[in-house]
This record gives sequence, C-alpha cells and structure tokens, in this order.
Amino acid sequence: MADISLSQMQVPDAVRSAGYWQNVGARLVRDKTAMVAAAVLLLLLLAAIFAPLVAPMDPLDGRMINRLKPIGTPGHLLGTDELGRDMLSRLIWGGRLSLLMGVTPVVLAFVIGSALGIIAGYAGGWTNTLIMRTIDVFYAFPSVLLAVALSGALGAGLGNALLSLTVVFIPPIARVAESVTTRLRSSDFIEAARASGAGALTIVRVHVLGNVLGPIFVYATSLIAVSMILASGLSFLGLGVRPPNPEWGLMLNTLRTAIYVQPWVAALPGAMIFMVSISFNMLSDGLRSAMEVRQ
Amino acid sequence: MFGYTLRRIIYTAPVLLGVAVVCFALVHISPGDPLISILPADASVDLQNRLRTLYGFDRSYPEQFILWLGRALQGDLGTSIATGRPVTTEVMRAVANTLMLAAVATFIGFVLGCFFGFVAGYFSNSPLDKAASAAAVFGVSVPHYWLGMVLVIIFSAQLGWFPAAGAGPGGSSQWKFDMEHLSYMVLPALTMSVIPMGIIARTVRALVAEILAQEFVIGLRARGLSELGVFLHVVKNAAPTALAVMGVQLGYLLGGSILIETVFSWPGTGMLLNSAIFQRDLPLLQGTILVLAMFFVVLNLAVDVLQSALDPRIKR
Repeated sequence: MADISLSQMQVPDAVRSAGYWQNVGARLVRDKTAMVAAAVLLLLLLAAIFAPLVAPMDPLDGRMINRLKPIGTPGHLLGTDELGRDMLSRLIWGGRLSLLMGVTPVVLAFVIGSALGIIAGYAGGWTNTLIMRTIDVFYAFPSVLLAVALSGALGAGLGNALLSLTVVFIPPIARVAESVTTRLRSSDFIEAARASGAGALTIVRVHVLGNVLGPIFVYATSLIAVSMILASGLSFLGLGVRPPNPEWGLMLNTLRTAIYVQPWVAALPGAMIFMVSISFNMLSDGLRSAMEVRQ
Repeated sequence: MFGYTLRRIIYTAPVLLGVAVVCFALVHISPGDPLISILPADASVDLQNRLRTLYGFDRSYPEQFILWLGRALQGDLGTSIATGRPVTTEVMRAVANTLMLAAVATFIGFVLGCFFGFVAGYFSNSPLDKAASAAAVFGVSVPHYWLGMVLVIIFSAQLGWFPAAGAGPGGSSQWKFDMEHLSYMVLPALTMSVIPMGIIARTVRALVAEILAQEFVIGLRARGLSELGVFLHVVKNAAPTALAVMGVQLGYLLGGSILIETVFSWPGTGMLLNSAIFQRDLPLLQGTILVLAMFFVVLNLAVDVLQSALDPRIKR
C-alpha cells in the first residue's frame, strides 16, 4: 500500500458561495417588471433632484395670457396650468415635494415602528402589552381617516402632513416587527446566545436585527405606494403643501376647475402619482419574491 | 364559539376607549384656544372665562374627558360651531349617504375582485393570470381621487352620460331610489369600487392558488369529480376569508371616503369632515371621526366573529 501523505492529496480550492444579498440582487435583476419599475423611479428621482437643470422653465412663473394651453403647444410641451405656468416644469419640480412627502413618512415609520415592534417582541410581558395595545388603538382607525383627522386638527402644512402620515404608518410596521421578533425569540440560536451569557442588547444587535429587518423592510416598501397616494391626497384636500409650490396632489386640486377646458392637462399630475405608486408596488413585489419573504 | 366571541368583545373594549381618547385629544392637539372660533374678536375677558366654564375647558383633561365621554355615550356629541345644529344629527345624516355609496362600491369591488382573483388563481402564470393580476395592481396603485377626475372627464365632461357632482338633481342631499338619483351614484361608486377590487382580487388569487395546490383537490380530481364540483369546493374554502376581507374593506371605504366625496361633492361624512376642517369646526370634526372610527372597530369585531363562525378551522 502506497503511503500518501496529506500534502499530496488533491484538495479543491474552497469556493465562497454567494452571500444572501448577492442572491437577492441577482434574482431582482432578473425580474424584468421590477427593473422597469426601478428605472422609472430612478429617472423621476434624478429629474426631481436636478429639476433646476432639467426643467425648461421656472415652475412659479406664469403669464395669464398663456393660461390653460393644450398639450403639445410650442414652448409648452405639456401645456400650461390655470395661471399660465409651464406644466412640464411644474411636474418635474413637483416630483421633489411629492416624492419627499411620500417616502419620508415610511422611512420615519420604519425606524420608529421597527424599534417599538422589536422592543415589544423581544421584551414580551408588560412592555409588550403596553406598546402593542397602544399601537392597536391607532391601528383601529382606517388609514385615510387617521391621516385626515390628525392633519386636519394640527392644521394644514408640510410638516403636519408628514407627522400625521408617520403616525399612520407606525402601527402596521410595528405589528409586523413585533410578530417577526416574537417568532424569532424562541428559536434555538437565541436561546443558545442567552445561555452563553449574552446580554439583551447584544442579542438584539447581533442576532435579532439581522433576521428581522429584512421582512420589515420588504413590508415597509409595500407601504410607499399607499403613502404616495395618501400624501398627495392630503395636498389635494388642501392639508399638505401650500400654493404656489408645485406638488402633484395640490396641482391636481387647483386644476380641477379646468377639466372642462383642458381635461388632459388637468389629469397629468394624477398620472404622475399613479406612475410612481404603481412602480413602487411592482418594485416591492419584486423585492418580496427576490427575498423570499412570505407574509 | 361563545367563548371566542366574548373574548373578542372584551379585547375590543379597551381599543374603543383608546379610540375615544384619541378623538378627545384631537381638539387639544389643535393649535390655539379651542374657543377661538366661536368667540367674537372683541370678547371681554369676563365673557371668555364664562364660556370657558360653560364648555368645561377650565377643568383638568381627565375631568373633561369623562364629561365628554359621558355625553357621547348618551348620543350627545356637542353642537356644530358652523351650523349651530347638534353634531349627532349632522353626522347621522351624512353617514347614511356614505354608507350607501360605500356598500354599493364594496359590492361592485367584491364581484369584480372575486372574478379577477378566481381567473388569476385558476390559470396561474398564464396570460390570463397576468392580465387579471395587472388589474389587481392597478386597483391598489391608482390614486382613486385622480381616477374619479378621469372618469368625470370622460363620462361627464366629454360624453355627458352621467352627472359629475352631487347626490341628486338640484343639489338634493336626500337619497331616493330612482333613475335620476342612481345616475348620480354611478361614477363615485365605480371610482370607489377600484380599491376593494384590487385588494380582494389579490387575496382571492393567493387563496385559490393555495387551495388548488392542496392534496384534497388532487384527491377530488382523482375520484373523478367534475371540474365544476372541484370549483365549488374551492369557493367554499375561499369564501370565509374573501368575505372577511370584504367586510374590512367596507369599513375602510366608509372611513376613507373623504377624497372621493370631495371629487364628486357627495354629501357624506367626507364632505362633512372637509367642511369641519376648513371652518375649524372642531366639535364636528371630533364627532365625525369618533363615529366613523367606532363603526370601523365594531365592524371589524363583527367580521372576526362571523368569520370564525363560518370557518370552523379557525381556532383562536
């Protein structure tokens, strides 16, 4: 029998398997619908950020002699609004406030709601009861009603609208965070960490966050579409952004009286809200299946 | 069953109390003196103090809350500052109009949503599924107030088939069941139905696909049951959840009708809220929101109890 030493054995080089996020990214890139949605959103976001460079005209500068021109007017590609301001420029500039108003509440609610939900889920007991029963009260309102009630009582304005919408989105996110964390808390590796003497803070930071933030994040992205519709809806009611600032919901409101004169110009701002909201929905659906989150 | 119902009711009581606290707080988070809108600008300090005592604003918050809740439980939600009429009367009249609109919209949405959902679930991943799922995504993504405007542009401004605003001829706010009144309901009800349509279609699609993948369906087919027979089994299994979603959607529409009612000038709770907000009529705002939120909570309770009665598999 030949004596083969260990060093002579053929050992294949270790290949690092692709990480979780690499897999998610690869799956997401293959999802055509999600990629189209992402491209649309990126384009609108870039247009909004670089509005001063992209927009052909000043969004606040109107001439009454030019009011309510149809789509395709030379110099005003998408027509003009009720005060003779260029629609294309206003739609581009409007993206700034509309996207800001739609996305900010979900981001804030993601941070606050996750924190509340994880604390409630991990601590359990009375802490859980106190936090979750309070959340239940706000969850008991239909979302539109709560948003309108809060911003109606606080008074019109961008800040109040953002605050109201954040309050609207904290309960659903906190509930998801709490249920994911509660399920995780009794799993073996958490038990093991606890048994080996890790403190609550360490366990939450090292073991809990990494496992719960994914599902909560996916859920939160699915709320952005709702948030866009609600935020512009508040402006549409006169509770959000104030004139003359360009914002899609507010533009839709001020153009309502023009539907008998220039119906399709009046419908444009709503088409923008629709485009953004459907793109966020499709991107979120793609993300959910890429991350294999089941809810 | 009885135990579950009782437990659900006991669990709902603190939520209702919390909802009342939030509604009570609305007046107090509102900036400025709550009396400012009813006081004349040159009111003397003496008059201000007398009114403050009269309305109870000089008492502590817990005291005010208990007094307010006591009156609310007896059906007294205060007096509207703008009209001088009792808030309860105003709200009840508006609730009737909104309830009718929301019920019709939920019904249309349920029928369409079930249709799209069943088609998509049955022919999973076929072009039919893609089309039906697209309709569902449309339903949950479209800003409904904009859809309302577009429908008005097409069917009212351009074609002149249906009226654009109001709930009846000559600005009538009293509902009657005749063709004239019904024609006023077509556009707002259609607009409103898009929301439950999308959500019900998504739910039913997932339900049907899940049920069809279960082994008992293979068993039914193996025993030679006709496709219609299998379909009936699927319907029976999907019905409790679909009906529950429908019930919750009715509550959402009732509470969230403000945008659509503003577009169509429908004389319901949404219009009432709108005028309450812009006239700073805080008692009216508070009363309307309290009634709508209470209705939503009670409706959810009823849906839960009914669902567990319909579906014995649900053991909670």
